[in-house]
Amino acid sequence: MQITFVQPYPAIQQEDRVKYQPSNKGEHLTHSLPEPDEDKPGSGTVGKPFLDDPRITCRHVNVYYGVKHAILDVSLDIGRNEVIAMIGPSGCGKSTFIRCLNRMNDTIDGCRIEGEIKLDGTDIYAKNVDVVPLRAQIGMVFQKPNPFPKSIFDNVAYGPKIHGLAGNRAELEEIVETSLKKAGLWEEVKDRLNQSGTGLSGGQQQRLCIARTIAVGPEVILMDEPCSALDPIATAKIEELMGELRQQYSIVIVTHSMQQAARVSQRTAYFHMGDLIEVGLTPQVFTMPRHQLTQDYITGRFG
Amino acid sequence: MNKSSVKTIDIVQKGLKRRYRVERRFRRLGLAAIAASLIFLMLLFVSILGNGYSAIWQTHMRLDVYFDPQVFKDVVVSSADYGRLVKGALRSVFPDVSGRGELRKLSAMVSSGAAFQLREMVMEDRGLIGRQSTLWVPADDDVDMFFKGRLGPESGRLTEDQLSWIDHLKERKMIRKQFNRAFFTAGDSREPELSGIRGALYGSFFTLLITLAISFPLGVGTAVYLQEFAPRNRWTDLIEVNINNLAAVPSIVFGLLGLALFLNVFGVPRSAPLAGGLVLTLMTLPTIVIAGRAALQAVPPSIREAALGVGASRMQTVLHHVLPLALPGMLTGTIIGMARALGESAPLLMIGMVAFIVDIPHGFQDPSTVLPVQIYLWADSPERAFVERTSAATMVLLAFLVIMNGLAVWLRRKFERRW
Ligand SMILES: Nc1ncnc2c1ncn2[C@@H]1O[C@H](COP(=O)(O)OP(=O)(O)O)[C@@H](O)[C@H]1O
Ligand SMILES: [Mg+2]
Repeated sequence: MQITFVQPYPAIQQEDRVKYQPSNKGEHLTHSLPEPDEDKPGSGTVGKPFLDDPRITCRHVNVYYGVKHAILDVSLDIGRNEVIAMIGPSGCGKSTFIRCLNRMNDTIDGCRIEGEIKLDGTDIYAKNVDVVPLRAQIGMVFQKPNPFPKSIFDNVAYGPKIHGLAGNRAELEEIVETSLKKAGLWEEVKDRLNQSGTGLSGGQQQRLCIARTIAVGPEVILMDEPCSALDPIATAKIEELMGELRQQYSIVIVTHSMQQAARVSQRTAYFHMGDLIEVGLTPQVFTMPRHQLTQDYITGRFG
Repeated sequence: MNKSSVKTIDIVQKGLKRRYRVERRFRRLGLAAIAASLIFLMLLFVSILGNGYSAIWQTHMRLDVYFDPQVFKDVVVSSADYGRLVKGALRSVFPDVSGRGELRKLSAMVSSGAAFQLREMVMEDRGLIGRQSTLWVPADDDVDMFFKGRLGPESGRLTEDQLSWIDHLKERKMIRKQFNRAFFTAGDSREPELSGIRGALYGSFFTLLITLAISFPLGVGTAVYLQEFAPRNRWTDLIEVNINNLAAVPSIVFGLLGLALFLNVFGVPRSAPLAGGLVLTLMTLPTIVIAGRAALQAVPPSIREAALGVGASRMQTVLHHVLPLALPGMLTGTIIGMARALGESAPLLMIGMVAFIVDIPHGFQDPSTVLPVQIYLWADSPERAFVERTSAATMVLLAFLVIMNGLAVWLRRKFERRW
């Protein structure tokens, strides 16, 4: 299936075609996901929240912060090798939702999660599930770049070290190098691996965090507004990176920039006040939103 | 509309003067407060320095001692009458002095420590017996005070005769001020000229060592548990409130607790650094816990998220990332707590560390006193010469406190991070 993406952001599309190699080849916005089942009922969500061969399945997820009901009965599948974008106005629960996927919300006092989230068929909230291997499988990149105040090498090597992924120093160095290469940072830092990670620029720091995440070899990467603190050039680099990482990983990205969602994702989920309003292929959501709220949001009527 | 906006600016202008006046007044008050506190600090330093500087010297007198074999006849060397040797040496300088009263006055000018000094010399080298030897011995405290100009001739502490003898010694250059070694090498003594702070310093050292060894790991552990692991519930709230209150408990109460618990129940020896260290631990612990929690709280949550995000366990997150970042802050708190413990005396009075102890302690179980208590003891003594020693010991204590606080400031500066 070939999707051409024309509206409503022709200008952006132009930019894309110039800037990004993947778009030029026409790969970036095309994908061979199985066609989602049309209109399976999913708690009032319109569009196609479910997939045939999902990586993560969420069913009737409810999240409460004390008495505040932050996520209202959300059901959604996340596919293999896809980038799914979460958009929506501030405070609608995007962060809350993706933090459920690697149980980051466990660390928040008073946060309660109901419903079922399965990774490859196993419930991640089951009693016997250990969050340590879970978080090794589902990595996370945060809004603000948060490298450890340690050397660049140690930043990337930390995950492999604690999980025992490298048998010796040479293997560890190899992992660090590949991760930094995948994150597109290797060329910039290869001569100063012993310098502090906090001494890098914001964009470099964020790519370092991405390298740190992929060094553990996760299967899913969660990104919570990874570019919101970055300048456009650093943003472009990270977006490009996501296109490459998709070959190997599933990526869930929260973003405030609809342009970004349009550029990097194959599917888009629109949240509104804790509710998952609409899910669909990105071009479809942006060109032919089926829900009035989505329409209002992407046309800038609120948000 | 126009009218009202003009009005607004007028009102603002009118109030402006008053606002600035208030500001100026406030600034002046602040400066005055700072000046006042600086003046008081200066007064304190000047008075302590002025009283204490002369303690670096001690008046010594030259004696030409003849180790008369007669004295060592029929007695063991260690229990010979060395006082007689001192008297003999003095009498050879002042041959015309006679009469028991006069002679006693004469020998009173030399410290009783002189006899001990002679004894030590002979014990070391028996060959001295039968020979003549010249040595400098400490003068008695009143002579010392007079010689340093701290005691006028009108004070009545020295008789006319004694004053003239001192003049005579001065003429013959047989009396002079020397560096006061005893002050730094001796323990406490009833004789000011023989007393020193070494015993108290060792006592303070052993006591603080116990305090540090117990309160640091315990305090850091408590802080880490409460801050990073404990669930937030009524129990942890209660513990938190209690720890904060403990930090405000008067220290003497800890002394009472120590007396009841460590001495009476656990049988820790009285007056020992062990007991003192335990009591000061009780006092220091809340400070360290509070400082430690503040330091942990200052570590940004993003670091914890980063570590948890790559799959570190909570323990690993704390040990690998949070604790190293919080440690400088914790150390700062610990040093300040230690400085407080070093200056503390009240709780130690309760557990017998106020005793008069001559021997220098060499372990945690030896009876000892600590620096501030030593200062208290000397300040309480009637001898005039203890005044300068009190001030000198205070200077030593203050020097240690300044060093410790400086260390804390340095640590904070060095490891201060901006996130
Ligand atoms: N730790 C928390 N405690 C209480 N309420 C929270 C917490 N985090 C988020 N919330 C609330 O949950 C809702 C969703 O927040 P969030 O997921 O951060 O939104 P988004 O990422 O879409 O901006 C908001 O109303 C927010 O106030
Ligand atoms: Mg958010």
